Amino acid sequence: MGSTNSTLSKIPNVEELMQETGFTPAHIVRLYDRFEALDKEKTGHLRPQDFGAINRLAMNPIGDRIIGAFFSPGQETVDFHSFVRILAHFRPADKKRPKDPSMPEPVNSRTSKLKYPPLVFSLISVAFQLYDQDKDGKISRAELLQVLRSMLEMQVTEEQLESIADRTIQEADLDKDDAISFEEFRKSLEKVNIDHKMSIRFLR
Amino acid sequence: MSLSFLERGLLLLVMLIFLEGTVLTLGAASSPDISAQDNTGGGHDRRDDHRGIAGSHEQTNYTYTKKAFPVLSLDYHHIQVPFEISLWVLLASLMKLGFHLIPRLSGIVPESCLLIVVGLLVGGLIKLAGEEVPPVLDSNLFFLCLLPPIILDAGYFLPIRPFMENIGTILMFAVVGTLWNAFFVGGLLYAVCQIEGTYLSQVELLPCLLFGSIISAVDPVAVLAVFEEIHINELLHILVFGESLLNDAVTVVLYHLFEEYSGAGEVTPMDVVLGVICFLIVSLGGIAVGAIYGILAAFTSRFTSHTRVIEPLFVFVYSYMAYLSAEMFHLSGIMALIACGAVMRPYVEANISHKSHTTVKYFLKMWSSVSETLIFIFLGVATVAGPHAWNWTFVSVTVILCLVSRVIGVVGLTFIINKFRIVKLTTKDQFIVAYGGLRGAIAFSLGYLLNKDHFPMRTMFLTAIITEIFFTVFVQGMTIKPLVDLLAVKKKQEAKRSINEEIHTQFLDHLLTGIEDICGHYGHHHWKDKLNRFNKKYIKKCLIAGERYKEPQLIAFYHKMEFKQAIELVESGGGVKLPSAMPSQVSMQNIQPKKLPPAVAERALPQFTKGREEEIRKILRSNLQKTRQRLRSYNRHTLVADPFEDGWNDFLLKKQRMIELEKKMSNYLTVPAAPPDSPTMCRARLASDPNAFYNIKASSEGVPTIQVDLASPQSPDSVNMLNEFSKRGAKDQGLGQREVATRDEDQGLMMKPSSAGKEEKGEEEGGNKNPGLMRCLSDPGPSNEDEEDEPFLP
Repeated sequence: MGSTNSTLSKIPNVEELMQETGFTPAHIVRLYDRFEALDKEKTGHLRPQDFGAINRLAMNPIGDRIIGAFFSPGQETVDFHSFVRILAHFRPADKKRPKDPSMPEPVNSRTSKLKYPPLVFSLISVAFQLYDQDKDGKISRAELLQVLRSMLEMQVTEEQLESIADRTIQEADLDKDDAISFEEFRKSLEKVNIDHKMSIRFLR
Repeated sequence: MSLSFLERGLLLLVMLIFLEGTVLTLGAASSPDISAQDNTGGGHDRRDDHRGIAGSHEQTNYTYTKKAFPVLSLDYHHIQVPFEISLWVLLASLMKLGFHLIPRLSGIVPESCLLIVVGLLVGGLIKLAGEEVPPVLDSNLFFLCLLPPIILDAGYFLPIRPFMENIGTILMFAVVGTLWNAFFVGGLLYAVCQIEGTYLSQVELLPCLLFGSIISAVDPVAVLAVFEEIHINELLHILVFGESLLNDAVTVVLYHLFEEYSGAGEVTPMDVVLGVICFLIVSLGGIAVGAIYGILAAFTSRFTSHTRVIEPLFVFVYSYMAYLSAEMFHLSGIMALIACGAVMRPYVEANISHKSHTTVKYFLKMWSSVSETLIFIFLGVATVAGPHAWNWTFVSVTVILCLVSRVIGVVGLTFIINKFRIVKLTTKDQFIVAYGGLRGAIAFSLGYLLNKDHFPMRTMFLTAIITEIFFTVFVQGMTIKPLVDLLAVKKKQEAKRSINEEIHTQFLDHLLTGIEDICGHYGHHHWKDKLNRFNKKYIKKCLIAGERYKEPQLIAFYHKMEFKQAIELVESGGGVKLPSAMPSQVSMQNIQPKKLPPAVAERALPQFTKGREEEIRKILRSNLQKTRQRLRSYNRHTLVADPFEDGWNDFLLKKQRMIELEKKMSNYLTVPAAPPDSPTMCRARLASDPNAFYNIKASSEGVPTIQVDLASPQSPDSVNMLNEFSKRGAKDQGLGQREVATRDEDQGLMMKPSSAGKEEKGEEEGGNKNPGLMRCLSDPGPSNEDEEDEPFLP
């Protein structure tokens, strides 16, 4: 308990952070410890190289995308606050959780009508953002191809990838603009039980 | 219309029941007659052989009196056992048929109830006829023959992902829930028995606990039977069903424990500890046995590429042996079977051919269906057979207690479980889980197994068990469907997975694994990822044949979808606009890595203009019609003129359609139709259009001579004919002659890259292959199917 408090006092604006993200003090402390462990040079900021040092992440097909998600466009480093804020997206569904201001625009107005609680939505929006690297609000064929290529690594030929990508877009694309918008993305996943995916209990 | 159906159905049912009843009674009655006959008459030779030399009646009766030669004799005894078994199976199947003819009835009453009623009727008939009802639900028969198919079917098709995601909940319900039920029911029953005035005071504690453990187990057969019909959502289904499967270990241990010590009259704490150890051994041992057999089966299937026909057999035999081996050690046979099926499935499915996969699926469904039907019928018969010892107090208390304990157990456990679950179980869910705890034939068989001497109140137990089963199956089974509708419980989503879901689910998996790694947390996803990697790196290499182990799951899934689409395309008759612009020649390449020559990849299908097509067709048509009359006289097979002429138009139409179909299909088919000159094809061709073959041949040579050699599988005639054909066609169009690749290319003639010859070939093959093509296309598979044709060649 004592160590928790002392660690907490080291973090600036920790109250605000907790309220914004809904993490408990214990969580914050754990995340802070992890942050410090990753931040080898003790600069108080994390750079992409620090993330890259995580071995298992390097093996992950979309590892570099995930790392990229932590860094807002133009930013080279991420401080603890942003770190925690982004990780908050992956907390399991919690109705008391305050709304996250960083959700994509078209979504905000319709949150109340959605059948998913806000945070499940958040996971889908994070996933969508990871697909959509150029941030134009749609997953184009090229972007889909890139993701498929990285997921399937070297095991398939280019033509196979293309036919899969074509098939995927053709299935999901309802307004026939040859790209998948956020709505279409969400719709194609509505049958998958997203709740089950949110099982990072650590972050509850 | 429905009335006539109803009448017909009812009549059918009544007649069948009568038939079965009478035959069975006849069978039961006639056997003593036959043996009596043996004593008197000179006898059947076979019987004498079997009996051997000893036997007084033979010696005394062997005075050979010459009788008239028995032209026709009845020897029922000889075939009695298989005949009766077949009769029961036939009854079960006909009942199943009958119920589906009366849709209204099957909508209200679940099948299991109807089957029990049928069993009651049959048993009643047998009893009425004065014969002894055969002890059909004999425990050996049940546990060794009737139960395994159902469990294997469930285990093989168990949806692993939802099962594993909810494994904690399922285990809680299965282990703790069953223990709670057993002790609650057993204990309270004992207390009730001790009350004055019930005349039950001789029932001791341990037998009561034994009874409690028998009756507390949720039965997988009953659950399957009822839940299949209500189409409830996947989560609830897997919860109740998983519980019914996994509580077998608990039941086995409790049963043996109490049975052993009922004689001794007491259970010491040491025994309890041993019981717990026994439980661990029973469950883990059962799973281990199943897994070993599963791996063996997967490994065997790696080498079956040359003997495709017996592939399904390996699946069945290994699984059954897993079950028997587990039962041999008194481990949990059900868990062994589930583990075997679940472990072997991904590897076996990667190895076996498409047709074998279908065979496995349909055989499992067939056996489990028949087994289930038989079990319920036998329950009915066994009820009539008795013996019964009805005791109002005991039975009613049992029923009430079971219900109460189930409700309390589920509610209590859910309260605890929800603290650990992310997706909480709502009250509605809890209600369904509690209400869906059906008892079934396993409880009855376990009760039947009890030793009469050790348990004088066995008959009372049996009566109570049967009553409980009837109560749950009839009352709960019938009302669960309207209750589900009333409570608006979420139903099963029927749609199949789309490729979008597949891709995005994998993406999310990777995402969450990555986040877990960033947090430094070894969670759910981390371990799953690790298992997958291990699987890919080591296990798949050993257990999957050829190059296919490298095939990522996504690609396999994509291929499956393409297959399905191809099949649908063919069955809809062709001419459908295909979504994918790009012909997936590459997908074919991957599936047949060994056999496909590289030339195939560059295959380009020439497109003829419409005009050309018409021209060619006209030419062919005119020529074929011309030679028709001339050929009739030469026919070896006498043909009636009229049917031939009538069929001609159809033939032409079919040919036209086939051309269009072929152009599109050749991109998507991975299995070419069987080579047109295998005898099966020849026979089929001739059967449908005998003259077609002759005509085409004749037209090409211009001389009406026919030499048809049906016997040779690779009749050079056909190849020559095609050569002729292409020459003709080329001549007509003024194109240069092209070489028609010979039959060496085992892809079948359809895929040859010759342009000029292609159209004619397409025509001719299209027409000739009419019946065969449709047949082959209806179930395509990877090209190693070609080897399957070899046995058919003489």
